[in-house]
Amino acid sequence: MLFLQALVSGILSGGVYALAGIGMSLVFGVMNISNFAHGDLMMLGMYLAYFAFTLLHIDPYLALLLIIPVSFLFGFILEKVFIHRVIDHPHQNQILLTIGLGLIMSNTALLAFTSDPKILTTTYSSSAINTASGLSISVPLLLSFVITSVITAVLYLFLAKSSTGMALRATSQNREAAQLMGINVAKMSAIAFGIGTALAATAGALIAPTYYIHPLAGHSFLLKSFTICVLGGLGSVVGAGVGGIIIGVVESMAATYISTDWKDVVVFVLFLTVLLFRPQGLFGKKGGQ
Amino acid sequence: MLKIENLQAGYGEMVVLRNINISLSEGEIVSVVGSNGAGKSTLLKAISGIIRSSGTITFNHHSLTALQAHRIVERGVVHVPEGRKIFSEMTVFENLMMGGFLCQKDRTENLERVYALFPILAERRKQLGGTMSGGEQQMLAIGRGLMASPKLFLLDEPSLGLSPLFTDVVFKAIRAINKSGVTVLLVEQNVYQSLKISHRGYVIETGSIVLSGTGEELLNNPEVKKAFLGM
Repeated sequence: MLFLQALVSGILSGGVYALAGIGMSLVFGVMNISNFAHGDLMMLGMYLAYFAFTLLHIDPYLALLLIIPVSFLFGFILEKVFIHRVIDHPHQNQILLTIGLGLIMSNTALLAFTSDPKILTTTYSSSAINTASGLSISVPLLLSFVITSVITAVLYLFLAKSSTGMALRATSQNREAAQLMGINVAKMSAIAFGIGTALAATAGALIAPTYYIHPLAGHSFLLKSFTICVLGGLGSVVGAGVGGIIIGVVESMAATYISTDWKDVVVFVLFLTVLLFRPQGLFGKKGGQ
Repeated sequence: MLKIENLQAGYGEMVVLRNINISLSEGEIVSVVGSNGAGKSTLLKAISGIIRSSGTITFNHHSLTALQAHRIVERGVVHVPEGRKIFSEMTVFENLMMGGFLCQKDRTENLERVYALFPILAERRKQLGGTMSGGEQQMLAIGRGLMASPKLFLLDEPSLGLSPLFTDVVFKAIRAINKSGVTVLLVEQNVYQSLKISHRGYVIETGSIVLSGTGEELLNNPEVKKAFLGM
């Protein structure tokens, strides 16, 4: 029973990790850039959900209808103004730029919203469904998992079927060949960064009802997203999805059977073990960059 | 149709091409031959806008020099890159669809044309591009280029690494494509085969054009014979 409970909780929280990981992986795949501002973009999503709730009285999950387009646009503009300048430059320049942008975001949030953690309490924040078999399923986690699944499915269909989605995949697989097909790769980069940002902000908004909302909350999620991406194979959207669920389950198992303090240790030991035997990640291609 | 004057191009600080002058008339097959590292691929990359260049490149009296790569494809200048550069995680069909990214209205017609030229692509349309053999990938790369309705087709080493059998198939296809009204600029190390199907040719050496003439003239040129044909 305990095992089943840990498994279910792990899968549910893993869904949100998966979403954040997919966003980071998509950006890496299309642009070959590791976005170290990803966690801070998640933090902005948390605050967007918080203010939508406290100022506009919109349910945080309903607010996604607003948060997704706003954050997409924000990411698109970030790419057009800053990120595209480093796209053909060494990785250290890209890392410095994205870390810098992240620092500006988190410190601006610190100035604007102070370092006091905010708590977003909805009517269902601490409610749970108890099944006949004794399983307890948190309502906000379940809701966020359902939303995550829908968004992932829509994103998958978009990438698989739509013309723009296919162009994104083509750019990710071979940037030069994509250019030769007449694909505007600069625009694809901006779209990818927009989607990545929207996914990060969505993940942030989804966890807002169950986490402390804090200007520096993004940092631990950045590390988590990065781990998920590398675990799944950098640039692989499917890999990031699976990686997110794995991390969620491992965390939950470690917290249940060892101790909450040890869950990060277990996650990183697993991460290093995978890298030892499959350096390209679970779904990555051999010899990729 | 295409006029290149005084072209200089390279990568970063390194200049690869110097003072290149080349012209193509509509309906021609023109080869640029030369050894490895002479600058053949760089020439095609400069035309298709993958790398920046100085000098003038005009296509049907419009300058291509300042245009981004995707705008150049829009004008009908389509480049099939060296090493094929197939989208390896996409199916054959999806690869072809990407080729037709800008020509969505002509897709069905172009697809029929490509399948007629390379029937194997129709058979393999659900296979992942990366799992095909080198020769099949080359056909896919050419087919993918045709999906963009080229007026001028730039082919970079289409016979590289192919068996003699596939090489013949590819050269036959190039001829057929040209007969259907597409002008072809062919860059090759296979000097004999490419000059044989070409109306005219240029010989490039360390970034400069050193010889030009009709295909036949070049094939009979003693220097060409000595340097490339081992005669």
